[in-house]
Order: sequence, then C-alpha cells, then structure tokens
Amino acid sequence: MPLVVAKNLNKTYIAGDITVNAIQDVEFSIEPASFVSFVGPSGSGKSTLLNMIGCLDPPTRGSLQVAGNDITRLDRREAALFRGKNIGFVFQDFNLIPVLTVFENVEYPLQMVQNWPVTKRRQRVQDMLEAVGMADQGDKYPSQISGGQKQRVAVARALVTNAKLVLADEPTANLDRETATRIITLMKKMRDEFDTTFVFSTHDPRVVKNAEIIHTLEDGRLKKSEADNGGHRV
Amino acid sequence: MEGIVFNIFKLAARNLKRYKRRTFLTSMLITLGVVAVLLFVSISGSFKVMMISQITDSMLGHLQIHRKGYLASIDSLPLNRNLSAKQVAKIKQVLAEEDAVDAYALRIKLGAMFSNFAETTNIRLNAVFPEQELNTVPLLSTRIVQGQSAGLINKGEVLIPELIAKGMKVKVGDAIVLVANNKDGSVNGLSLKVRGILEGISGPGGRDGVIHLEDAKTLLRITDVEISEVAIRLKNMDQLSQTYEALKAKLSSIKNQQGQPVFEVHTWEKLSPFYNIAKMIDLMTFFIRIMLVAIVLVSIMNVMIMAVYERINEIGTIAAIGTLPSRILGIFVVEGFLLGILGTAIGTVISLIAIAAMNAFQISFDFGRQTGLRLAPTISAGEVAVVVLTVIGIAVVASLQPAYKAAKMDPIVALRHV
Repeated sequence: MPLVVAKNLNKTYIAGDITVNAIQDVEFSIEPASFVSFVGPSGSGKSTLLNMIGCLDPPTRGSLQVAGNDITRLDRREAALFRGKNIGFVFQDFNLIPVLTVFENVEYPLQMVQNWPVTKRRQRVQDMLEAVGMADQGDKYPSQISGGQKQRVAVARALVTNAKLVLADEPTANLDRETATRIITLMKKMRDEFDTTFVFSTHDPRVVKNAEIIHTLEDGRLKKSEADNGGHRV
Repeated sequence: MEGIVFNIFKLAARNLKRYKRRTFLTSMLITLGVVAVLLFVSISGSFKVMMISQITDSMLGHLQIHRKGYLASIDSLPLNRNLSAKQVAKIKQVLAEEDAVDAYALRIKLGAMFSNFAETTNIRLNAVFPEQELNTVPLLSTRIVQGQSAGLINKGEVLIPELIAKGMKVKVGDAIVLVANNKDGSVNGLSLKVRGILEGISGPGGRDGVIHLEDAKTLLRITDVEISEVAIRLKNMDQLSQTYEALKAKLSSIKNQQGQPVFEVHTWEKLSPFYNIAKMIDLMTFFIRIMLVAIVLVSIMNVMIMAVYERINEIGTIAAIGTLPSRILGIFVVEGFLLGILGTAIGTVISLIAIAAMNAFQISFDFGRQTGLRLAPTISAGEVAVVVLTVIGIAVVASLQPAYKAAKMDPIVALRHV
C-alpha cells in the first residue's frame, strides 16, 4: 500500500487580484521506504508540494492521503499531532534550536511532541546520534558544530520518532560538495536501516542521482515521473 | 507531562540567557518598579500607622460619642451641649454590651484663661479621670516631655502644652491659675500646680492641656455629672467599622422628646484631618502600583514581542515538527513569567535590605510641629506577596498576546521568514 497518494491535487494562492496556481492536477503515489525526489526550476511548486505532504499547507482541491489518512481535513491541532507522529522534517537551513544542545535537539520531538519516558527517550536519542555519527557531539550547541554536522543532527531529529516519512526541502543546498554527498549517503543508510521514506525537493544533481523515483515539476504540473535505476536500493 | 513542563521552563530560561543584555535591562526595570513600590508602601505605610496610632492612642481614641450637635460647635467647646448623667449612663450601658470595646474615658472639654500671675492666655483643656484616660489613650503619658508621667494627673495638677509652657515661661512645679466661665456665664478660678509639659501633636486636641475631671467640675461649678465626650478604645482596630455601625445603630435608636437622636458617634477618621492625608497616601500608593503594573506590562510585552519576532523561524520549526500550539504558547508565557520572577526576586531582596538599612540607621523626620519622628519602615509579608503576585501576574498577562501570536503562527509563513 502506498505511503502517500495524491489525486487531482491543486493549490491556488490568491494575493489581491492575482491568482497563482502553484500546483495543478498533480497525481502521484509514493511507496514505503522509497527515496523520492521532486525536481524542477524555482517556482515549479516543489516546496509547495512538500508542504502539502507534510500537513503544513492544505491543498485547495484534490485528495491527499499520507499513511492511510486523508490529511486534507485535519485542523491545525490534528495536523500538528499527525506531523509529530508520522513525519520528520529536514530543512535547508538545518533549523536546529540554538538554545538546545545536539542531544536536546534530537530529544525535543520525543519530549515535547511524543512525551516519551525519560530512560527510553535518552537511549533512543543516543542510538540515533550514534547512527548519524554524532554520538560524541551531544553536549555541543548548534553554534559549535559545522553545517554538515548540523544536518546530521537534523536527520537524527527527523528520524528519532520513528517517522514513516521524512520530508527534506533542499537538504544539501547549504552544504559543500563533500558534505552534501556524505549527508545523502547518510540518509540513504538511514532509509535502509529504518525503512523510512525520504522525499526531497531539490536542484542538487547528487540528490537526484541517488533518488529512486524522480518527479519533475514545471509550472505546478507534474511533467514526468521516472525511476532512476542508479538510485535503487540493492 | 512533567517532562514537557520542565522542557518548557528549560527552553524559556535558556532563551532569557541567550539575550542576556535584554533580559538584564528588562528585569532591572521591573526591579526598579518593585523597589519603588515596596519602599513607598513600607515608608508611607509606617508613617501612616505611626501617625494614626499617635492620634488614636494619645488623643482621640478610636471612636467618640457626643451629644448630637456637639461636634458641629466643638470650636467653642459648648458646655450647654454636654451629656447629662442619664445620657452618660445610657452610653455606659451600650458600651458594656459591646465586646469589641476595650476601654472608654469620660471627658469634659473646656476653654479657660491660663495665668502665671504675670501674663494670661487662652488654653483648651481636657478634663479626665486618669485611669480611664490611660486605658483609652495609653500613649498620652509618652507625650509628657517634662514632669512625672506615671499616673497621668492628680487633683490640683495640670499638664500644659509645650507652646504655652514656652510662651508663658512656665516650668514644672509652677503654680498657675485657670479661670473659666461656667454654663450659666459666671466666672470661677482655680489654682493648680504644673505637673508636666505635654508634647504637641498635629490634629485637633493635639495642643490641649489636661486636668483632673473633678477639678473641672469644681472650676465649672458642676454638681452633677456632665460629660462633653466619651472616647472609646477598641480591642482591635480592625473592628472599627463594625463597632461604629453597631454603636451608631444602638445609639441612634435613642431619641429625645422631639423624636430626634440624642447621640452622635464618630470614628477617629471623621474627627482627624490626618485621615485625609492617610487617604492621599493610599491614593498615591495606588498610583505607584498602577505605574508598576504599567512598567511591567509595557516592558514584558515589548520584550516578548521582540522575542517572538526574532524567533519566527524557530517557531516555524517547532510547529512543523509537531509541537502543539498550546505548548508554543507555554514556552513564551513561561519566558515572561520567569522575567517577572527574576525582576521581582531581585527587587524584593533589594527592598528588604533597604528597609532593614533604614531601620538600622534610625532615620528621623519632621511633620508639622513635630520634630525628630523616627522613620521605622516595615512591610508585611502580605504586602510583599501582593506586589510579587501582581508583578508575576502582569508579566504572564503581558506575555499572553505575543505568545498567542506565536502559537497561532502559520508554520509555512514562519519557516519562510528570514
């Protein structure tokens, strides 16, 4: 059963007299544990689509199911609860909380969103930091680590809740070439290890190269969906 | 849930630490407000209590009963408006039934000519029974600055106010003569010995002399009982209003043949102009409190609006990863709450130290003709609690609007914010 199913998906923004059709009649599905990339030029609707999948922005029309739930009808609180339970986010600017240590940043969703018991929570955080190679940096604050390390922490934070789906909006845009490659490799390893589905919006050819499914968007329409064999899990 | 609450406090505290300078300035502003209020409340409150205590415990008593109309013409000390023996008996009966009454004193108030055999001047006198008087106004003896204070007064003696003693060059032990008109208009004189000099205090009766009530009867040729006023002391000043109402109800039901009330009863508040000063002090205290509320409200709201504005992206992040709006609200409200606590704690400590220092240094001041009054500021735990809770409450209220804004923020808009 697909993890994400979008049918006749539309998103329209109205700013004064101007109407912008950001997403138009888009249909796709994403299987569990896949590595999917939405590509396209700026303004093609990649981020809008990711925001809709992530329950951050409701579609104007159409149906969107994530993990078997129709997410178009969730109110603000239900959407927050759904995100907390099912979806992890990795942002272009890492978006770590500056006043929390690396350990506390990863712990945050377990404590503030899912309210795990302390012993179990700490063990889980430690495991995730080890998985992303940041176990020895737990006491540091985000300002004390590099961009690549921050993105590793962000990946750990996205995965710590056992999220079924991780949405990554331009996750390598602020990283140098070598670090970006390491982050993509890490994400793929995480996918293999935890069976998490990764969905990217990206311009980065290295991410595209590693994706198993590539959806190309243009002017809010899905132009092309293709499987890239090079990116498939072995 | 405890983990969530702990984490909210941790986040709030760390964010305050993150903007150290702003936190310092805001908490100092709150501190300043708290110090101003606590010091003002303690100093003005102590001054008020001291003055009220001096007025009620050395002069007026807590309540007074007169014959109807006496107070309106008190400036002329009218002897024809004195209470009769029957009326005094009735008052005694009413007072005996009132549990709140601790003691009462019968007085004759009179005006006389005071002569030292060389010069003559006017004097206002309270004629009293010493034991009753000391029970009712126990601080009266402390106003005796020269002469013997124990026992207050004996027959054949007079306590004279400082001003007359100085003006007439009269000393303790000197013989003087009082000459007074009685109710019928005839004049009588009485030789007395100066027993002591009374310190003058502000307010009506503050510069009156004192003689024994039996001497007043002799001077005024009163054969029966005639009393100008009955001063009453209560066991507890807090019972003033209730006792006043109770006495008023009982006494106003006693009517004369014309159906008019025979008695009038007044609290010290009605009798002393200091009550208006006390009310002014209360009003000023109220306005100082309002200023404190305004300071806390504006400073916390300003800081929290800034905090929300500066952390829009962070708000978007925590909202995106599933933090409920109520918890986002909590993070910012707790931040304001902690700022309030910080400012209040520092302000309270500084204020208590300052109050202790003022007491240690024994600062004195003058009020009217009274000099060298000792400033002894005190503040009750209740007053401190009111100020502390007000500031913290206002800090929370001031944080609510920015916190609500943060909680309601659209995660998409917040994440796009640069």
